[in-house]
Amino acid sequence: MTARIVVVGAGLGGLRAAEQLRAAGFAGEIVVVGDETHLPYNRPPLSKEGLAGDLSHETVAFRRKASVDDVTWRLGETVVSADLAGRTVTLADGSELAYDGLVATTGVSARRLPLDAPLEWRHVVRTLDDASRLRADLVPGCSVLVIGAGFIGCEVAATARILGCSVDVVDPLPVPLIRPLGVDLGVELQHRHEAQGVRFHLGPTIARLDGDETGPHQVTLDDGTEIAVDVVVEAVGSAPNVAWLAGNGLDLTDGVRCDEGLRPIGPDGPIASVVVVGDIARFPNVLFDEVPRRVEHWNIPTETAKRAARTLLQGIDESPADELPPFKPMPAFWSDQYEMRLQSFGLPGLGGDDIRLLEGDLSDEAVMGYHRDGVLVGVVMLGLTRRSVHYRDLIAAATPVD
Amino acid sequence: MKVVVDLAVCRDHGQCCIAAPEVFGQDSGGTLVVLVEEPDDSLRDKVEEAADVCPLQAITIED
Repeated sequence: MTARIVVVGAGLGGLRAAEQLRAAGFAGEIVVVGDETHLPYNRPPLSKEGLAGDLSHETVAFRRKASVDDVTWRLGETVVSADLAGRTVTLADGSELAYDGLVATTGVSARRLPLDAPLEWRHVVRTLDDASRLRADLVPGCSVLVIGAGFIGCEVAATARILGCSVDVVDPLPVPLIRPLGVDLGVELQHRHEAQGVRFHLGPTIARLDGDETGPHQVTLDDGTEIAVDVVVEAVGSAPNVAWLAGNGLDLTDGVRCDEGLRPIGPDGPIASVVVVGDIARFPNVLFDEVPRRVEHWNIPTETAKRAARTLLQGIDESPADELPPFKPMPAFWSDQYEMRLQSFGLPGLGGDDIRLLEGDLSDEAVMGYHRDGVLVGVVMLGLTRRSVHYRDLIAAATPVD
Repeated sequence: MKVVVDLAVCRDHGQCCIAAPEVFGQDSGGTLVVLVEEPDDSLRDKVEEAADVCPLQAITIED
């Protein structure tokens, strides 16, 4: 009988998992189940150039390799639970889907603040439909409040300014992007946003949000500041979509705890018939250490899918049990704000106690290095794109080889 | 195999240069340069990876 692999999640991770299963030689049935109604599309533009332009599925859809033409896409369907011992998943309509191999790649959802105000007043930017709704509200001259000065918040603030909106950003931390980037770079980015007309309110939190049936009208901060608002965007981080995996003895404290092969670790060790791909995978990376971490960077779904496909096919005896090389993907992400390009390699967050300017000038183009125990573990580049390969190689080389 | 980059879409991230340095490079200003437009089939895995990791999805491979 032909083997069936079920992929839960139809984002970049689901697409790459299907493609990599085919690339690794799997000729059986692949079913991809996703709760959005769209075929896989690229999310970064949703807070950047896509949000500023003509946003449609066509403009952000991923090309799909011919190798996945025979994949069954079950879109607009939600997997609500899984029985990893019985090898079945259950969908929202109560039907069950049996599998030989399972790929879990359900990504993350936008977090919500516990505010006493209707959710309809507060946009988030995670899905294409979220971004389309926000795009429709970002009319020139309107007042936009962005809650959260992280990457999504700063990108939405920049895009809203480009579209001619008035923009206020509120965050309880003293400097935008302080956790991922540190003080110096965060302050520089704040100044660049302010030069574009963005107003920051750093320190206070939201005390109340008032409005009527037409939407929000005024926000009051806990320091008494009152700001007139037409559009509110909540950009306060994300939460892994892993509830459907509960009840199987997995460690779901922050995503799904996995081994180096992306197999989830159950009560009796790694589960051979399951792999985890993308934002929800908490895996060790020997580039840095043995600590399992979740990495919500754009290249991680592609990197983890490649490895996970091979592990899974070995686990379900669909390919020979050859020893695989160490898994050590280089995390990489970028952020576009106005004409600025931020690009990062490695894990700057690990080196927050020892940040040094490696090249250039923060007021122009610069490279910041993040060190742990004297070893470069991450860089963030402000411009200087041509130096990417050099710094990426430095991070890879500074790592003690196993 | 022919490599086509939509230069109207490319934003010079340089991820392709890391994935397939034999095929993609950057000039001294950081602008993408396709070094080999019709690479040997032995480079297919690397070129496919370059297309996969392009943040703008600007690379297509024509057979």
